[in-house]
Amino acid sequence: METKMINLKINGIPVTVPEGTTILQAARQAHIEIPTLCYLKDVSNVGSCRMCVVETTGARGLVAACVYPVAEGMEVRTNTEKCRQSRKMTLELILSKHKKKCLSCERNHNCELQKLSLGYSVDEDRFKGEDYVLPIDTSTPYVVRDNDKCINCMRCVEACNKQSIHAIGPIQRGFYVHIGSAFDRPLAESPCVGCGQCVVACPVGALSERSDIDKVWAAISDPSKKVVFFTAPSVRATLGEAFDLPVGTNVEGKMIAAIRRLGPDAVFNMDVTADLTIMEEASELINRIRTNKIMPMFTSCCPAWIKFVEQSYPEMIPHLSTCKSPQQMFGALLKSYWCEKNGVEPKSRFVVSVIPCTSKKYECSREEMKNDVDVAITTRELARMIKTAGIKFTELPDEEFDNPFAAASGAGTIFGATGGVMEAALRTAAHMLDGDFEVLDFFAVRGSSPVKEATYLVAGHTIRVAAISGLANARKVIEQICNGKNKYDFIEVMACPGGCVNGGGQPTLSDSIRNTVELKEARAKALYASDDRSDLRRSSDSPVMDVIYDDYFGFPNSHKAHEILHTAYWAHKKI
Amino acid sequence: MAQNTKFCGSAEQMAKLHAIIEEYRSVPGCLMHILQEAQAIFGYLPIEVQTVIADGLGLSLSDVYGVVTFYSQFSLQPKGKNRISVCLGTACYVKGSEKILNEVEKELSIKCGECTEDGLFSIDSCRCVGACGLAPVMMINEDVYGKLTPDMVKGILERYRKEEETKE
Repeated sequence: METKMINLKINGIPVTVPEGTTILQAARQAHIEIPTLCYLKDVSNVGSCRMCVVETTGARGLVAACVYPVAEGMEVRTNTEKCRQSRKMTLELILSKHKKKCLSCERNHNCELQKLSLGYSVDEDRFKGEDYVLPIDTSTPYVVRDNDKCINCMRCVEACNKQSIHAIGPIQRGFYVHIGSAFDRPLAESPCVGCGQCVVACPVGALSERSDIDKVWAAISDPSKKVVFFTAPSVRATLGEAFDLPVGTNVEGKMIAAIRRLGPDAVFNMDVTADLTIMEEASELINRIRTNKIMPMFTSCCPAWIKFVEQSYPEMIPHLSTCKSPQQMFGALLKSYWCEKNGVEPKSRFVVSVIPCTSKKYECSREEMKNDVDVAITTRELARMIKTAGIKFTELPDEEFDNPFAAASGAGTIFGATGGVMEAALRTAAHMLDGDFEVLDFFAVRGSSPVKEATYLVAGHTIRVAAISGLANARKVIEQICNGKNKYDFIEVMACPGGCVNGGGQPTLSDSIRNTVELKEARAKALYASDDRSDLRRSSDSPVMDVIYDDYFGFPNSHKAHEILHTAYWAHKKI
Repeated sequence: MAQNTKFCGSAEQMAKLHAIIEEYRSVPGCLMHILQEAQAIFGYLPIEVQTVIADGLGLSLSDVYGVVTFYSQFSLQPKGKNRISVCLGTACYVKGSEKILNEVEKELSIKCGECTEDGLFSIDSCRCVGACGLAPVMMINEDVYGKLTPDMVKGILERYRKEEETKE
């Protein structure tokens, strides 16, 4: 059926849009941006903040453009005195309860409330009233909530609901309304898995990662510490955004140069342990296929996904690959192989991983892997360190990772996007099963769609795969498997929609960009372009893998590999 | 507001709750009704009760808690054997009923909306009991106390404590 088109005028400019479009969306066609706070594309559309109010024919009062659908012949005005006064009043009322500690706020200069307040010339002290002071929640190792900065826009709640976790919600009403977990318990006692989608959704400084920057500076200044950085695949595709480069710019060379100038002893490439993960995981998959062991097998790179399974579907634990994630493998590899090779005392080594993720902070604090990685910092934290150090990022030369963990395959790089781990695993697994299998591009599992399926025939084995991103989608698939309706042999799950490129630790972009640019696609494109340019496409072809296995582990899934590179999971108490 | 007393629901009460959930779970928007029924059964809505309701309806505890705290009709605290209700209506208020409430809170070491650990008293405030001529007024169960001054509070509460002792 053809979509009916609607003609309307916005500020006198004629616009034609499909029926059902909101005024907010239609205004973009007229190159007009209506201010928003609670609206966020793909995440939140609750119409609660009243920032986007506009005047229109057919309505007596002001209407919320983010939820008001267009109608034939409608004439909308977005910038009248009435609109501006209303928005200003809304901002001043929000500010009457907002903790205005802007100078030290990590969202200073990158805050939607600040930007609008300046634009509308508000008086932040116009309404002086009672303060409603709430405790800062620092109960988890990954996210900090300061509700005194919260503007109750509901974006975090919507982001959490979209993930089907429902860890947080609005509590009480009126003046006392605030966002929190059931029974006002700390976040650590909620079903939160740490994906951090709430953090990147927050328009202000109410949510942030638990900052570990000070620990890193302290280690760098400590001469007895050997500080080693390694960076996750997706960080190179997003770090540039923090320095005003266009979304999707691959800044690998500048990122390495910048980290080197922070003063660590080495900068390594986490893509190397992405390759190592593939060696172990592909071997595990083949072993499971050949011995008819518990199928389907799930990937285990994403700690938020692991926590989700452990607390909501413990019966699925045997389906998880026992491979540690690339972050934890790197930490373990540095502690064992690298320390032994270089005569470094494991105790003096200080390992910093740079990750696009908040949940990785939780992962490296897990009891069973506690000493693998000392500190995990997000892309945002790295950007802040670079700025503090006075490094002119965009003027830096392109540099290369340090040996021996520099060279990695393009398969390792695409780990950062949904479907990337699956494709990387297929490249190696297919080759392990059939030495003549030369296919390197598995297009069916690419792209940002939340569930991608494909079936491949390799050496007489039919392998049915799925790549899933977003925990709500993972929940649907897992429910099917629990009900005995499994369609797959191998499933990749990434907790964040779009995978790590859209992780909870990635740069927080302004709404102007987030509401117009397809972030997930643009960032992933940078990784696939890098893979495409690479001479090395298959993890098993990496010379670094040869060295690591010849020198140390022997072969994938060997006893030693199991001891160092694999882990175990257990059921968490349901909260 | 955190729950500060131990939950002592009986198996019989829980069975009733499960029956209610079963009866209404397929009705759209049934949460409010189930919460009201649950409060009628238990007198309040502690975490144990809200968890059963959330699980029964396939909702998260956070969603249920959000609704419970939104409506003032729901209580997270159990009610005492003796329910104290201090009137904060206009007439009582201008006659100093806030001081009466403060005195009751001080005397029982709990806040308005809470219940004492021994379960003997709970305090609430209300808006006008229709005895403005006696302002400031406080009710304990069905008894009305008027023309109160803070120094009278201790003696009144003592009566209920004694009554309890003689029962034992």
